[in-house]
Amino acid sequence: MLMKVDNLKKEFKTGEVVTKVLHGLSFSIEEGEFVSIMGPSGSGKSTLMHILGMLDRASSGHYAFLGREVTTLNDNELASMRNEKIGFVFQSFNLLPRTTVLDNVKLPLTYSKNKKEISKRAKKILESVGLGHRLRYYTNQISGGEKQRVAIARALVNNPSVIFADEPTGNLDSKSGIQIMDILQKLNDSGNTIILVTHETFTAEYAKRIIKIKDGRIEEDEPVLNHRQALDGDMLK
Amino acid sequence: MQYFIQAVKIAVKALLVNKGRSFLTMLGIIIGVAAVIVIMAVGAGAQSLILSQVESLGTNLVGIMPGSSGDEGLPAAMMGIVITTLKYEDMLELLEGGNAPNIVSAVGYTKGVGTVSRGSESYDTNLSGITHGYMETEGGELISGRFFTEEEERNLSRGAVLGYTVKEELFGDSEAVGKKIKIKKHSFEVIGVMAERGTVAMQDYDDQVFIPLRTMQKLIAGVNHLGLIRAKIDDEKNIGIAINDIKATLRQQHNIEDTSGDDDDFTVRSAAEALDVITTITDALKYFLAAMAALSLLVGGIGIMNIMLVAVSERTREIGLRKAVGANNYNIMMQFLIESITVTFVGGAFGVLCGIVISYLIALVANYLGYDWAFIVSFTSIILAIGVSAFIGLVFGLFPARKASRLEPVEALRYE
Repeated sequence: MLMKVDNLKKEFKTGEVVTKVLHGLSFSIEEGEFVSIMGPSGSGKSTLMHILGMLDRASSGHYAFLGREVTTLNDNELASMRNEKIGFVFQSFNLLPRTTVLDNVKLPLTYSKNKKEISKRAKKILESVGLGHRLRYYTNQISGGEKQRVAIARALVNNPSVIFADEPTGNLDSKSGIQIMDILQKLNDSGNTIILVTHETFTAEYAKRIIKIKDGRIEEDEPVLNHRQALDGDMLK
Repeated sequence: MQYFIQAVKIAVKALLVNKGRSFLTMLGIIIGVAAVIVIMAVGAGAQSLILSQVESLGTNLVGIMPGSSGDEGLPAAMMGIVITTLKYEDMLELLEGGNAPNIVSAVGYTKGVGTVSRGSESYDTNLSGITHGYMETEGGELISGRFFTEEEERNLSRGAVLGYTVKEELFGDSEAVGKKIKIKKHSFEVIGVMAERGTVAMQDYDDQVFIPLRTMQKLIAGVNHLGLIRAKIDDEKNIGIAINDIKATLRQQHNIEDTSGDDDDFTVRSAAEALDVITTITDALKYFLAAMAALSLLVGGIGIMNIMLVAVSERTREIGLRKAVGANNYNIMMQFLIESITVTFVGGAFGVLCGIVISYLIALVANYLGYDWAFIVSFTSIILAIGVSAFIGLVFGLFPARKASRLEPVEALRYE
């Protein structure tokens, strides 16, 4: 089992006002799954992803990742968990400006304990997402679709246990979006666990399972019988 | 180490993005460091100038002044207090062969100021009543005429030897020797003119008139004490012995039984000690001025802190992303600390460069103006200046860097 969540709650305090965002969620995700977390804006799906991705802490409840209780880890332990076990792909790419494609992909490795052959590993990953010819380009010189592929390469470079994709197609045209979904599906086919956060049913249906969140509660958790297949691209070999 | 190099690269890149802003930020540090370097260099140059001048007077000279003083402090006589304990007879006693055998020659002084006139020309100058041993002890050359003799010294003769400036003022280019002048209404005959010697250790050698000591005391000043005796010792290594002999002789002469020196009514100083006193005074001045200049570094440091706080908030999303891919608080803190240290270090290096150039130009101008001015920028002051500016980067970068490191990753990623 990759992750197991038990009665997970999250509330935010703004002065005296307490806003409850997650009302006790319980579910588990196995290794190799492709799960969509779906829900309208304000449903708490992003908050859930942040907690699962160890960017934020739950207010109460339990969260076990690869059998390890996450809620008791300190900041530094969370940082190295994010570094070694988790890859993020964001809607707005979040690439470093004025930095080359290659250096962006190398970034997680510079914070990693394993610093061997950083450039070689980064190049190999970039080639696998079809950007071997863009290594020395700066991030402002490439298209949106390419940016998101750089972000995927960065998420993959440290060989994580799970990849979180937060609205990865939200800032892309439909053609680039399909290419990105194709890459994610192929990654899943080769054994990677993918957790996709989206508010669109269309995008969510690329996954094999959908967890629907509404008002901080799980509304539905079902497999997708006929999940959508991205067009065959040449992106991943 | 690899991480450190990486952090420096990131820092340099960040600085180059905002070239104008980085330069302005650095300017405070550049000015501060340059000011410290220049002041230290000018101080050292002026110090060496004074010291070399004093040394040129001869390091085997010993000064005997009236009044007591501690070993460190200034003799009372140097601070303008009149003490009458030193007499002409004391000098004669010192020159008695058996008393202080290492003394080669000595000169006694009674100084004053007065108006010297020739016809309608008059000039205010320094009057130096001296004994005939002056030339032998203090050096100096005549360009015409002669110096007065021991006999003339004893029988109150009215011969005067003019300093170069005085001669120029009263006689211009015409011959002075043999002419009559008046000093405070008394008539004197010019018997010699000194060669130009310039200002040494704040004393203008050319702006004075030499007359025999006894004449000065009886006729002009109306006193019978000496302001100073200067003695020339045969060899520098005998100065210690000579000083002890001088002290013993004067104690006997003044009926002082205490040999500890507590009751002494005179002070004996070697040129070396005088150099030490001058060095102490000029050092204090130099470091005080440098400390003033260093204050501007503090102001520069506050500028650094300000701009680093701006940088942290500008790059909040970057911080969030770095944390998302695994940077811990320490990594983020180091990144911003290294950035602020890089700013101040580079600023410090530029400052040192500016300081050296300015100091060099000052030395060049001083030399052009005829001063024997040494261009001195010590390695320690460079290391110190760069070290201090890097330290300022560390101190003033700490708060912004800490602030950056404590950002919550989610908050930082959400920041617009």
